[in-house]
Amino acid sequence: MSDDIILEARDLTKEFKGFVAVKEVNLRVRRGTIHALIGPNGAGKSTVFNLLTKFLTPTRGTILFKGRDITRTRPADIARLGMVRSFQISAVFPHLSVLENVRVALQQPVGTSFHFWKPERSLHRLHDRAHELIEAVNLTSYTDHLAAELPYGRKRALEIATTLALDPEVLLLDEPLAGMGHEDIERTAQLIKRVAASRTVLMVEHNLSVVAHLSDTITVLRRGEILAEGPYATVSRNPQVMEAYMGSAPAPTAGGAGHA
Amino acid sequence: MAETHMSSVSARRGASSGLRPELLYGVGLLLALAAPFVLYPVFLMKVLCFALFACAFNLLIGFAGLLSFGHAAFFGGAAYVTAHAAKVWGWTPELALLAGTASAAILGLVIGALAIRRQGIYFAMITLALSQMVFFLALQLPFTGGEDGIQGVPRGFLFGALDLNQPLTMYYFVLAIFVFGFALIWRTVHSPFGQVLKAIRENEPRAISLGYRTERYKLVAFLLSASLAGLAGGTKALVFQLASLTDVQWQMSGEVVLMTLLGGMGTLFGPVVGATLVVTLQNYLAGTNLPVTVVIGAIFVVCVLVFRRGIIGEIQARLSNR
Repeated sequence: MSDDIILEARDLTKEFKGFVAVKEVNLRVRRGTIHALIGPNGAGKSTVFNLLTKFLTPTRGTILFKGRDITRTRPADIARLGMVRSFQISAVFPHLSVLENVRVALQQPVGTSFHFWKPERSLHRLHDRAHELIEAVNLTSYTDHLAAELPYGRKRALEIATTLALDPEVLLLDEPLAGMGHEDIERTAQLIKRVAASRTVLMVEHNLSVVAHLSDTITVLRRGEILAEGPYATVSRNPQVMEAYMGSAPAPTAGGAGHA
Repeated sequence: MAETHMSSVSARRGASSGLRPELLYGVGLLLALAAPFVLYPVFLMKVLCFALFACAFNLLIGFAGLLSFGHAAFFGGAAYVTAHAAKVWGWTPELALLAGTASAAILGLVIGALAIRRQGIYFAMITLALSQMVFFLALQLPFTGGEDGIQGVPRGFLFGALDLNQPLTMYYFVLAIFVFGFALIWRTVHSPFGQVLKAIRENEPRAISLGYRTERYKLVAFLLSASLAGLAGGTKALVFQLASLTDVQWQMSGEVVLMTLLGGMGTLFGPVVGATLVVTLQNYLAGTNLPVTVVIGAIFVVCVLVFRRGIIGEIQARLSNR
Protein backbone atom coordinates (compact mmCIF):
# COMPACT_ATOMS: atom_id res chain seq x y z
CA MET A 1 0.00 0.00 0.00
CA SER A 2 2.94 2.33 -0.49
CA ASP A 3 1.15 4.22 -3.25
CA ASP A 4 -1.84 4.89 -1.07
CA ILE A 5 -2.52 8.66 -1.13
CA ILE A 6 -3.64 9.95 2.25
CA LEU A 7 -3.69 13.67 1.52
CA GLU A 8 -4.24 15.28 -1.82
CA ALA A 9 -4.60 18.83 -3.08
CA ARG A 10 -6.02 19.50 -6.53
CA ASP A 11 -5.48 22.81 -8.31
CA LEU A 12 -5.16 24.56 -4.97
CA THR A 13 -5.22 28.33 -5.48
CA LYS A 14 -5.22 31.19 -3.01
CA GLU A 15 -5.52 34.81 -4.00
CA PHE A 16 -5.19 37.77 -1.65
CA LYS A 17 -6.80 40.82 -3.24
CA GLY A 18 -5.42 40.14 -6.68
CA PHE A 19 -2.11 38.74 -5.50
CA VAL A 20 -1.82 35.04 -6.24
CA ALA A 21 -0.01 33.48 -3.28
CA VAL A 22 -0.58 29.89 -4.34
CA LYS A 23 -1.33 28.90 -7.91
CA GLU A 24 -2.81 25.58 -9.00
CA VAL A 25 -0.78 23.44 -6.67
CA ASN A 26 -1.27 19.71 -7.02
CA LEU A 27 0.10 17.74 -4.13
CA ARG A 28 -0.14 14.04 -3.32
CA VAL A 29 1.15 12.83 0.02
CA ARG A 30 1.64 9.07 0.24
CA ARG A 31 0.69 7.28 3.43
CA GLY A 32 3.59 6.47 5.72
CA THR A 33 6.11 8.82 4.14
CA ILE A 34 7.84 12.01 5.19
CA HIS A 35 7.00 14.63 2.64
CA ALA A 36 8.76 17.99 2.71
CA LEU A 37 7.52 21.20 1.21
CA ILE A 38 10.39 23.59 0.65
CA GLY A 39 11.10 26.82 -1.12
CA PRO A 40 12.68 30.22 -0.72
CA ASN A 41 11.06 33.06 1.21
CA GLY A 42 7.66 34.00 -0.09
CA ALA A 43 7.26 30.81 -2.07
CA GLY A 44 3.86 30.16 -0.54
CA LYS A 45 4.82 27.20 1.65
CA SER A 46 3.07 28.48 4.73
CA THR A 47 0.03 29.48 2.71
CA VAL A 48 -0.26 25.95 1.30
CA PHE A 49 0.12 24.66 4.82
CA ASN A 50 -2.61 26.90 6.18
CA LEU A 51 -4.87 25.92 3.30
CA LEU A 52 -4.40 22.23 3.96
CA THR A 53 -5.28 22.65 7.63
CA LYS A 54 -8.16 25.00 6.82
CA PHE A 55 -6.74 27.96 8.71
CA LEU A 56 -7.14 29.68 5.33
CA THR A 57 -9.91 29.06 2.82
CA PRO A 58 -8.77 28.30 -0.72
CA THR A 59 -9.99 30.55 -3.54
CA ARG A 60 -10.19 27.53 -5.83
CA GLY A 61 -9.30 23.87 -5.69
CA THR A 62 -10.07 20.79 -3.67
CA ILE A 63 -8.45 19.09 -0.70
CA LEU A 64 -8.97 15.38 -0.11
CA PHE A 65 -8.07 13.60 3.10
CA LYS A 66 -8.33 9.80 2.87
CA GLY A 67 -10.42 10.29 -0.27
CA ARG A 68 -12.86 12.54 1.52
CA ASP A 69 -13.39 16.14 0.45
CA ILE A 70 -12.39 18.40 3.33
CA THR A 71 -12.32 21.68 1.42
CA ARG A 72 -15.18 23.08 3.50
CA THR A 73 -14.41 21.40 6.83
CA ARG A 74 -13.66 23.59 9.85
CA PRO A 75 -10.12 23.55 11.27
CA ALA A 76 -11.09 22.00 14.62
CA ASP A 77 -12.79 19.15 12.77
CA ILE A 78 -9.70 18.46 10.69
CA ALA A 79 -7.91 17.56 13.91
CA ARG A 80 -10.72 15.20 14.85
CA LEU A 81 -10.38 13.45 11.50
CA GLY A 82 -6.76 12.64 12.31
CA MET A 83 -4.68 15.42 10.79
CA VAL A 84 -2.96 17.66 13.35
CA ARG A 85 -0.73 20.61 12.59
CA SER A 86 1.98 22.45 14.44
CA PHE A 87 2.86 26.11 14.04
CA GLN A 88 5.82 28.06 12.76
CA ILE A 89 6.25 30.02 15.95
CA SER A 90 6.34 27.55 18.79
CA ALA A 91 2.77 26.88 19.78
CA VAL A 92 2.63 25.89 23.40
CA PHE A 93 0.31 27.08 26.14
CA PRO A 94 2.89 29.20 28.00
CA HIS A 95 1.26 29.43 31.43
CA LEU A 96 0.28 25.79 31.64
CA SER A 97 2.80 23.25 32.87
CA VAL A 98 4.41 20.78 30.46
CA LEU A 99 2.13 18.10 31.85
CA GLU A 100 -0.97 20.26 31.40
CA ASN A 101 0.04 21.13 27.84
CA VAL A 102 0.06 17.48 26.86
CA ARG A 103 -3.00 16.69 28.94
CA VAL A 104 -5.10 19.34 27.21
CA ALA A 105 -4.56 17.43 23.98
CA LEU A 106 -5.23 14.04 25.58
CA GLN A 107 -8.40 15.46 27.07
CA GLN A 108 -9.95 16.36 23.72
CA PRO A 109 -11.17 12.90 22.63
CA VAL A 110 -12.32 12.02 26.18
CA GLY A 111 -15.49 14.06 25.83
CA THR A 112 -15.65 15.70 29.27
CA SER A 113 -14.22 19.00 28.09
CA PHE A 114 -17.46 20.90 28.66
CA HIS A 115 -17.88 19.50 32.18
CA PHE A 116 -17.31 22.59 34.30
CA TRP A 117 -18.76 20.86 37.37
CA LYS A 118 -16.16 18.07 37.47
CA PRO A 119 -12.96 18.35 39.50
CA GLU A 120 -9.58 18.56 37.83
CA ARG A 121 -8.87 15.22 39.52
CA SER A 122 -11.07 13.57 36.91
CA LEU A 123 -8.24 14.24 34.44
CA HIS A 124 -5.58 12.49 36.50
CA ARG A 125 -6.18 9.20 34.76
CA LEU A 126 -4.62 10.78 31.68
CA HIS A 127 -1.35 11.36 33.53
CA ASP A 128 0.23 7.99 32.73
CA ARG A 129 -0.18 8.53 29.02
CA ALA A 130 1.00 12.15 29.36
CA HIS A 131 4.16 11.02 31.17
CA GLU A 132 4.86 8.50 28.39
CA LEU A 133 4.59 11.19 25.74
CA ILE A 134 6.74 13.59 27.72
CA GLU A 135 9.35 10.91 28.12
CA ALA A 136 9.27 10.15 24.40
CA VAL A 137 10.47 13.68 23.69
CA ASN A 138 12.98 13.69 26.59
CA LEU A 139 11.20 16.29 28.67
CA THR A 140 10.67 14.23 31.82
CA SER A 141 12.82 16.54 33.95
CA TYR A 142 10.65 19.49 32.87
CA THR A 143 7.27 17.87 33.58
CA ASP A 144 6.10 20.41 36.20
CA HIS A 145 7.70 23.47 34.65
CA LEU A 146 5.63 26.10 32.93
CA ALA A 147 5.97 25.84 29.17
CA ALA A 148 7.05 29.48 29.07
CA GLU A 149 10.19 28.58 31.05
CA LEU A 150 11.48 26.04 28.50
CA PRO A 151 14.33 26.81 26.12
CA TYR A 152 13.25 27.19 22.51
CA GLY A 153 14.24 23.74 21.31
CA ARG A 154 12.41 22.10 24.20
CA LYS A 155 9.29 24.05 23.39
CA ARG A 156 9.31 22.54 19.91
CA ALA A 157 9.70 19.10 21.46
CA LEU A 158 6.77 19.79 23.76
CA GLU A 159 4.75 20.86 20.77
CA ILE A 160 5.44 17.56 19.07
CA ALA A 161 4.47 15.65 22.23
CA THR A 162 1.22 17.61 22.38
CA THR A 163 0.51 16.88 18.73
CA LEU A 164 1.27 13.19 19.21
CA ALA A 165 -1.14 13.05 22.13
CA LEU A 166 -3.97 13.08 19.61
CA ASP A 167 -2.42 10.08 17.88
CA PRO A 168 -2.91 11.64 14.45
CA GLU A 169 -2.53 9.73 11.20
CA VAL A 170 -1.01 12.77 9.54
CA LEU A 171 1.27 15.28 11.20
CA LEU A 172 1.77 18.64 9.58
CA LEU A 173 4.86 20.36 10.90
CA ASP A 174 5.44 24.00 10.02
CA GLU A 175 9.21 24.59 10.02
CA PRO A 176 9.85 22.31 13.00
CA LEU A 177 13.60 22.96 12.83
CA ALA A 178 13.57 26.71 12.31
CA GLY A 179 15.53 28.80 14.78
CA MET A 180 17.17 25.81 16.44
CA GLY A 181 20.76 25.27 17.37
CA HIS A 182 22.75 22.48 15.79
CA GLU A 183 22.26 20.04 18.62
CA ASP A 184 18.52 20.62 18.77
CA ILE A 185 18.18 20.13 15.02
CA GLU A 186 19.78 16.72 15.22
CA ARG A 187 17.63 15.66 18.17
CA THR A 188 14.41 16.93 16.63
CA ALA A 189 15.19 15.35 13.26
CA GLN A 190 15.65 12.00 15.02
CA LEU A 191 12.39 12.56 16.83
CA ILE A 192 10.53 13.27 13.59
CA LYS A 193 11.99 10.14 12.07
CA ARG A 194 10.86 8.05 15.03
CA VAL A 195 7.41 9.54 14.95
CA ALA A 196 7.07 8.97 11.23
CA ALA A 197 7.64 5.24 11.62
CA SER A 198 3.91 4.74 12.08
CA ARG A 199 2.55 7.95 10.61
CA THR A 200 2.58 10.29 7.67
CA VAL A 201 4.47 13.56 8.05
CA LEU A 202 4.18 16.61 5.86
CA MET A 203 6.64 19.29 6.84
CA VAL A 204 7.40 22.76 5.61
CA GLU A 205 11.03 23.78 5.61
CA HIS A 206 13.05 26.70 4.43
CA ASN A 207 16.26 24.84 3.77
CA LEU A 208 16.82 22.02 1.36
CA SER A 209 19.79 20.53 3.18
CA VAL A 210 17.95 20.18 6.46
CA VAL A 211 15.35 17.88 4.96
CA ALA A 212 17.78 16.06 2.70
CA HIS A 213 18.14 12.92 4.78
CA LEU A 214 14.81 13.19 6.48
CA SER A 215 12.23 13.12 3.73
CA ASP A 216 11.13 10.56 1.17
CA THR A 217 9.65 13.14 -1.16
CA ILE A 218 10.43 16.80 -1.58
CA THR A 219 8.20 19.33 -3.28
CA VAL A 220 9.84 22.61 -4.17
CA LEU A 221 7.64 25.67 -4.41
CA ARG A 222 8.53 28.97 -5.99
CA ARG A 223 6.24 31.99 -6.28
CA GLY A 224 3.24 29.90 -5.39
CA GLU A 225 3.86 27.21 -7.99
CA ILE A 226 5.42 23.78 -7.86
CA LEU A 227 8.89 23.86 -9.37
CA ALA A 228 10.00 20.30 -8.86
CA GLU A 229 9.08 17.17 -7.01
CA GLY A 230 10.82 13.94 -6.14
CA PRO A 231 13.43 12.42 -3.85
CA TYR A 232 16.32 14.61 -2.68
CA ALA A 233 18.78 13.19 -5.21
CA THR A 234 16.58 14.23 -8.12
CA VAL A 235 15.38 17.54 -6.76
CA SER A 236 18.76 18.82 -5.65
CA ARG A 237 20.20 18.30 -9.13
CA ASN A 238 17.35 20.08 -10.84
CA PRO A 239 18.83 23.22 -12.49
CA GLN A 240 15.71 25.27 -11.82
CA VAL A 241 15.83 24.43 -8.13
CA MET A 242 19.49 25.34 -7.95
CA GLU A 243 18.77 28.61 -9.67
CA ALA A 244 15.83 29.37 -7.39
CA TYR A 245 18.04 28.98 -4.37
CA MET A 246 21.09 30.67 -5.78
CA GLY A 247 18.95 33.49 -7.08
CA SER A 248 17.32 34.35 -3.78
CA ALA A 249 19.71 33.21 -1.09
CA PRO A 250 23.10 31.55 -0.87
CA ALA A 251 23.26 27.81 -0.64
CA PRO A 252 20.94 26.70 2.13
CA THR A 253 22.59 25.91 5.42
CA ALA A 254 21.25 24.39 8.57
CA GLY A 255 19.80 26.52 11.32
CA GLY A 256 18.51 29.46 9.34
CA ALA A 257 15.63 31.19 11.08
CA GLY A 258 13.66 31.29 7.88
CA HIS A 259 10.03 32.01 7.37
CA ALA A 260 7.96 32.22 4.26
CA MET B 1 -6.65 31.90 45.43
CA ALA B 2 -4.81 29.49 43.24
CA GLU B 3 -4.10 31.18 39.99
CA THR B 4 -2.80 29.25 37.00
CA HIS B 5 0.76 30.36 37.64
CA MET B 6 0.46 29.63 41.30
CA SER B 7 -1.08 26.20 40.90
CA SER B 8 1.85 25.05 38.81
CA VAL B 9 4.33 26.60 41.17
CA SER B 10 2.81 24.96 44.19
CA ALA B 11 2.58 21.69 42.31
CA ARG B 12 6.30 21.86 41.75
CA ARG B 13 7.05 22.57 45.36
CA GLY B 14 4.65 20.01 46.72
CA ALA B 15 1.58 20.79 48.76
CA SER B 16 3.43 21.04 52.06
CA SER B 17 4.83 24.57 51.80
CA GLY B 18 3.28 27.98 51.42
CA LEU B 19 -0.14 29.29 52.29
CA ARG B 20 -2.94 26.81 51.96
CA PRO B 21 -5.79 28.38 49.98
CA GLU B 22 -8.34 26.24 51.83
CA LEU B 23 -7.18 27.78 55.10
CA LEU B 24 -7.52 31.30 53.72
CA TYR B 25 -10.99 30.56 52.40
CA GLY B 26 -11.97 29.21 55.82
CA VAL B 27 -10.70 32.34 57.59
CA GLY B 28 -12.45 34.52 55.03
CA LEU B 29 -15.73 32.70 55.55
CA LEU B 30 -15.48 33.04 59.35
CA LEU B 31 -14.82 36.77 58.97
CA ALA B 32 -17.81 37.07 56.65
CA LEU B 33 -20.01 35.24 59.16
CA ALA B 34 -18.96 37.55 61.99
CA ALA B 35 -18.87 40.78 59.98
CA PRO B 36 -22.52 41.93 60.35
CA PHE B 37 -22.04 42.19 64.12
CA VAL B 38 -19.36 44.80 63.55
CA LEU B 39 -20.23 46.49 60.26
CA TYR B 40 -23.41 47.80 58.72
CA PRO B 41 -25.16 44.82 57.00
CA VAL B 42 -26.43 46.74 53.96
CA PHE B 43 -22.89 47.88 53.23
CA LEU B 44 -21.63 44.31 53.55
CA MET B 45 -24.38 43.02 51.27
CA LYS B 46 -23.46 45.65 48.69
CA VAL B 47 -19.85 44.46 48.87
CA LEU B 48 -20.92 40.84 48.41
CA CYS B 49 -23.14 41.65 45.41
CA PHE B 50 -20.37 43.55 43.65
CA ALA B 51 -17.79 40.94 44.61
CA LEU B 52 -19.91 38.25 42.94
CA PHE B 53 -20.40 40.51 39.92
CA ALA B 54 -16.64 41.06 39.63
CA CYS B 55 -15.91 37.34 40.08
CA ALA B 56 -18.35 36.54 37.28
CA PHE B 57 -16.71 39.11 35.04
CA ASN B 58 -13.27 37.78 35.95
CA LEU B 59 -14.27 34.26 34.87
CA LEU B 60 -14.51 35.65 31.37
CA ILE B 61 -11.52 37.97 31.19
CA GLY B 62 -9.17 36.17 33.55
CA PHE B 63 -9.74 32.61 32.46
CA ALA B 64 -11.05 32.86 28.90
CA GLY B 65 -9.25 36.05 27.90
CA LEU B 66 -12.45 37.78 26.77
CA LEU B 67 -12.96 41.44 27.70
CA SER B 68 -16.66 42.13 27.88
CA PHE B 69 -17.66 45.75 28.11
CA GLY B 70 -21.34 45.02 28.46
CA HIS B 71 -21.75 43.14 31.69
CA ALA B 72 -24.05 45.83 33.07
CA ALA B 73 -26.71 44.43 30.73
CA PHE B 74 -26.74 41.14 32.65
CA PHE B 75 -26.40 42.74 36.06
CA GLY B 76 -29.05 45.38 35.47
CA GLY B 77 -31.31 43.27 33.29
CA ALA B 78 -31.55 40.62 35.99
CA ALA B 79 -32.15 43.34 38.60
CA TYR B 80 -35.21 44.54 36.66
CA VAL B 81 -36.60 41.05 36.11
CA THR B 82 -36.07 40.07 39.76
CA ALA B 83 -37.65 43.32 40.98
CA HIS B 84 -40.61 42.94 38.64
CA ALA B 85 -41.16 39.28 39.59
CA ALA B 86 -41.03 40.08 43.30
CA LYS B 87 -43.11 43.25 43.21
CA VAL B 88 -45.68 42.83 40.43
CA TRP B 89 -46.03 39.06 40.25
CA GLY B 90 -45.54 38.63 43.98
CA TRP B 91 -43.04 35.78 43.62
CA THR B 92 -41.01 34.59 46.58
CA PRO B 93 -37.44 36.00 46.61
CA GLU B 94 -35.74 32.76 45.58
CA LEU B 95 -38.06 32.36 42.56
CA ALA B 96 -37.68 36.02 41.62
CA LEU B 97 -33.90 35.59 41.75
CA LEU B 98 -34.11 32.47 39.61
CA ALA B 99 -36.17 34.40 37.06
CA GLY B 100 -33.61 37.21 37.04
CA THR B 101 -30.71 34.81 36.65
CA ALA B 102 -32.50 32.93 33.86
CA SER B 103 -33.14 36.18 32.01
CA ALA B 104 -29.44 37.05 32.27
CA ALA B 105 -28.57 33.59 30.96
CA ILE B 106 -30.82 34.02 27.91
CA LEU B 107 -29.46 37.51 27.30
CA GLY B 108 -25.94 36.10 27.70
CA LEU B 109 -26.63 33.42 25.13
CA VAL B 110 -27.83 35.98 22.59
CA ILE B 111 -25.13 38.60 23.19
CA GLY B 112 -22.44 35.92 23.57
CA ALA B 113 -23.39 34.18 20.33
CA LEU B 114 -23.09 37.46 18.46
CA ALA B 115 -19.93 38.71 20.17
CA ILE B 116 -17.69 35.62 20.20
CA ARG B 117 -17.41 35.70 16.43
CA ARG B 118 -15.03 38.62 16.88
CA GLN B 119 -11.92 39.02 18.96
CA GLY B 120 -10.11 41.58 21.09
CA ILE B 121 -11.36 45.13 20.84
CA TYR B 122 -14.14 44.16 18.40
CA PHE B 123 -15.51 41.70 20.93
CA ALA B 124 -15.53 44.43 23.58
CA MET B 125 -17.23 46.89 21.21
CA ILE B 126 -19.98 44.44 20.25
CA THR B 127 -20.74 43.67 23.90
CA LEU B 128 -20.82 47.42 24.61
CA ALA B 129 -23.15 48.13 21.69
CA LEU B 130 -25.55 45.32 22.60
CA SER B 131 -25.59 46.29 26.26
CA GLN B 132 -26.44 49.86 25.24
CA MET B 133 -29.46 48.41 23.44
CA VAL B 134 -30.48 46.76 26.70
CA PHE B 135 -30.05 50.14 28.40
CA PHE B 136 -32.42 51.81 25.95
CA LEU B 137 -34.93 49.01 26.40
CA ALA B 138 -34.73 49.59 30.16
CA LEU B 139 -35.33 53.29 29.55
CA GLN B 140 -38.28 52.81 27.20
CA LEU B 141 -40.15 49.68 28.25
CA PRO B 142 -43.19 50.37 30.42
CA PHE B 143 -42.44 47.78 33.13
CA THR B 144 -39.06 49.25 34.08
CA GLY B 145 -40.43 52.56 35.30
CA GLY B 146 -38.11 54.69 33.16
CA GLU B 147 -36.07 57.19 35.17
CA ASP B 148 -37.66 56.08 38.44
CA GLY B 149 -36.79 52.42 38.07
CA ILE B 150 -38.69 49.82 40.08
CA GLN B 151 -38.87 51.04 43.65
CA GLY B 152 -40.13 49.48 46.84
CA VAL B 153 -39.32 45.93 45.83
CA PRO B 154 -40.44 43.62 48.64
CA ARG B 155 -37.73 41.36 50.01
CA GLY B 156 -40.42 38.93 51.04
CA PHE B 157 -40.10 35.62 52.83
CA LEU B 158 -37.41 33.17 51.71
CA PHE B 159 -39.10 29.84 50.88
CA GLY B 160 -42.21 31.49 52.28
CA ALA B 161 -40.81 31.19 55.82
CA LEU B 162 -37.73 33.30 56.55
CA ASP B 163 -38.38 37.03 56.83
CA LEU B 164 -35.77 38.79 54.71
CA ASN B 165 -36.69 42.16 56.15
CA GLN B 166 -34.57 41.13 59.13
CA PRO B 167 -31.14 42.54 58.23
CA LEU B 168 -29.22 39.54 59.57
CA THR B 169 -31.41 36.99 57.77
CA MET B 170 -31.02 38.92 54.54
CA TYR B 171 -27.27 39.17 55.07
CA TYR B 172 -26.81 35.43 55.52
CA PHE B 173 -29.00 34.78 52.48
CA VAL B 174 -26.78 37.08 50.40
CA LEU B 175 -23.66 35.48 51.86
CA ALA B 176 -24.97 32.03 50.90
CA ILE B 177 -25.59 33.24 47.33
CA PHE B 178 -22.09 34.67 47.16
CA VAL B 179 -20.48 31.47 48.48
CA PHE B 180 -22.49 29.44 45.96
CA GLY B 181 -21.40 31.70 43.08
CA PHE B 182 -17.78 31.78 44.18
CA ALA B 183 -17.69 28.00 44.64
CA LEU B 184 -19.16 27.51 41.16
CA ILE B 185 -16.47 29.74 39.66
CA TRP B 186 -13.76 27.94 41.64
CA ARG B 187 -15.03 24.61 40.41
CA THR B 188 -15.27 25.83 36.81
CA VAL B 189 -11.71 27.14 36.84
CA HIS B 190 -10.46 23.83 38.25
CA SER B 191 -12.39 21.55 35.92
CA PRO B 192 -11.74 19.85 32.59
CA PHE B 193 -13.64 22.73 31.02
CA GLY B 194 -11.44 25.25 32.85
CA GLN B 195 -8.34 23.58 31.44
CA VAL B 196 -9.60 24.02 27.89
CA LEU B 197 -10.60 27.60 28.66
CA LYS B 198 -7.07 28.40 29.85
CA ALA B 199 -5.64 26.74 26.75
CA ILE B 200 -7.85 28.94 24.57
CA ARG B 201 -6.78 32.03 26.52
CA GLU B 202 -3.13 31.09 26.12
CA ASN B 203 -3.16 30.19 22.43
CA GLU B 204 -6.42 29.92 20.56
CA PRO B 205 -5.11 28.75 17.15
CA ARG B 206 -3.26 25.93 18.89
CA ALA B 207 -6.40 24.91 20.76
CA ILE B 208 -8.25 24.81 17.43
CA SER B 209 -5.51 22.71 15.89
CA LEU B 210 -5.96 20.21 18.73
CA GLY B 211 -9.56 19.77 17.68
CA TYR B 212 -11.35 22.15 20.04
CA ARG B 213 -14.23 24.13 18.57
CA THR B 214 -13.17 27.11 20.61
CA GLU B 215 -16.19 29.28 19.93
CA ARG B 216 -18.42 26.82 21.80
CA TYR B 217 -16.20 26.89 24.87
CA LYS B 218 -16.15 30.65 24.81
CA LEU B 219 -19.93 30.71 24.54
CA VAL B 220 -20.35 28.41 27.57
CA ALA B 221 -17.95 30.62 29.53
CA PHE B 222 -19.89 33.70 28.46
CA LEU B 223 -23.15 32.06 29.49
CA LEU B 224 -21.82 31.14 32.94
CA SER B 225 -20.38 34.60 33.44
CA ALA B 226 -23.58 36.34 32.35
CA SER B 227 -25.75 34.13 34.57
CA LEU B 228 -23.64 34.78 37.65
CA ALA B 229 -23.55 38.51 36.88
CA GLY B 230 -27.34 38.30 36.69
CA LEU B 231 -27.50 36.49 40.03
CA ALA B 232 -25.45 39.32 41.54
CA GLY B 233 -27.72 41.98 39.97
CA GLY B 234 -30.91 40.27 41.10
CA THR B 235 -29.57 39.97 44.63
CA LYS B 236 -28.67 43.64 44.62
CA ALA B 237 -32.23 44.52 43.58
CA LEU B 238 -33.54 42.63 46.62
CA VAL B 239 -30.99 44.16 49.00
CA PHE B 240 -31.71 47.76 47.99
CA GLN B 241 -35.33 46.99 47.06
CA LEU B 242 -34.61 48.90 43.87
CA ALA B 243 -33.78 48.27 40.23
CA SER B 244 -32.72 51.38 38.37
CA LEU B 245 -30.97 52.65 35.26
CA THR B 246 -27.70 52.90 37.20
CA ASP B 247 -27.51 49.09 37.13
CA VAL B 248 -27.69 48.85 33.31
CA GLN B 249 -25.61 51.90 32.48
CA TRP B 250 -22.28 51.47 30.72
CA GLN B 251 -20.56 53.00 33.76
CA MET B 252 -21.51 49.84 35.62
CA SER B 253 -19.68 47.78 32.98
CA GLY B 254 -16.68 50.02 33.48
CA GLU B 255 -16.84 49.75 37.25
CA VAL B 256 -16.62 45.98 37.18
CA VAL B 257 -13.57 46.17 34.89
CA LEU B 258 -11.99 48.54 37.40
CA MET B 259 -12.73 46.28 40.37
CA THR B 260 -11.31 43.23 38.63
CA LEU B 261 -8.14 44.95 37.47
CA LEU B 262 -7.55 46.53 40.87
CA GLY B 263 -7.88 43.23 42.69
CA GLY B 264 -6.01 41.19 40.09
CA MET B 265 -7.59 39.63 37.03
CA GLY B 266 -7.08 35.91 36.55
CA THR B 267 -6.79 35.39 40.31
CA LEU B 268 -9.80 33.90 42.02
CA PHE B 269 -9.83 36.19 45.03
CA GLY B 270 -8.65 39.41 43.34
CA PRO B 271 -12.09 40.58 42.19
CA VAL B 272 -13.42 40.19 45.75
CA VAL B 273 -10.65 42.43 47.07
CA GLY B 274 -11.12 44.91 44.21
CA ALA B 275 -14.89 45.10 44.72
CA THR B 276 -14.48 45.54 48.48
CA LEU B 277 -12.00 48.34 47.94
CA VAL B 278 -14.09 50.22 45.38
CA VAL B 279 -17.37 49.89 47.30
CA THR B 280 -15.69 50.93 50.55
CA LEU B 281 -14.14 53.98 48.91
CA GLN B 282 -17.44 54.94 47.31
CA ASN B 283 -19.22 54.68 50.65
CA TYR B 284 -16.53 56.51 52.57
CA LEU B 285 -15.99 59.26 50.01
CA ALA B 286 -19.74 59.86 49.65
CA GLY B 287 -19.62 61.39 53.14
CA THR B 288 -16.84 63.80 52.26
CA ASN B 289 -16.55 66.71 49.85
CA LEU B 290 -14.07 64.91 47.61
CA PRO B 291 -15.12 64.06 44.04
CA VAL B 292 -15.58 60.26 44.19
CA THR B 293 -14.87 59.41 40.56
CA VAL B 294 -11.70 61.52 40.47
CA VAL B 295 -10.26 59.86 43.58
CA ILE B 296 -11.10 56.33 42.38
CA GLY B 297 -9.74 57.19 38.94
CA ALA B 298 -6.48 58.41 40.48
CA ILE B 299 -6.16 55.24 42.56
CA PHE B 300 -6.74 53.20 39.44
CA VAL B 301 -4.00 55.05 37.56
CA VAL B 302 -1.57 54.49 40.44
CA CYS B 303 -2.43 50.79 40.55
CA VAL B 304 -1.89 50.34 36.84
CA LEU B 305 1.47 52.10 37.08
CA VAL B 306 2.76 50.49 40.28
CA PHE B 307 1.27 47.03 40.42
CA ARG B 308 -0.02 45.98 37.09
CA ARG B 309 -1.13 42.53 38.20
CA GLY B 310 -3.55 43.99 40.71
CA ILE B 311 -3.37 43.63 44.47
CA ILE B 312 -3.76 39.86 44.75
CA GLY B 313 -1.87 39.24 41.52
CA GLU B 314 1.08 41.18 42.85
CA ILE B 315 1.05 39.36 46.21
CA GLN B 316 0.97 36.00 44.44
CA ALA B 317 3.85 36.99 42.19
CA ARG B 318 5.93 38.07 45.20
CA LEU B 319 5.18 34.84 47.06
CA SER B 320 6.10 32.63 44.13
CA ASN B 321 9.37 34.50 43.56
CA ARG B 322 10.57 33.90 47.07
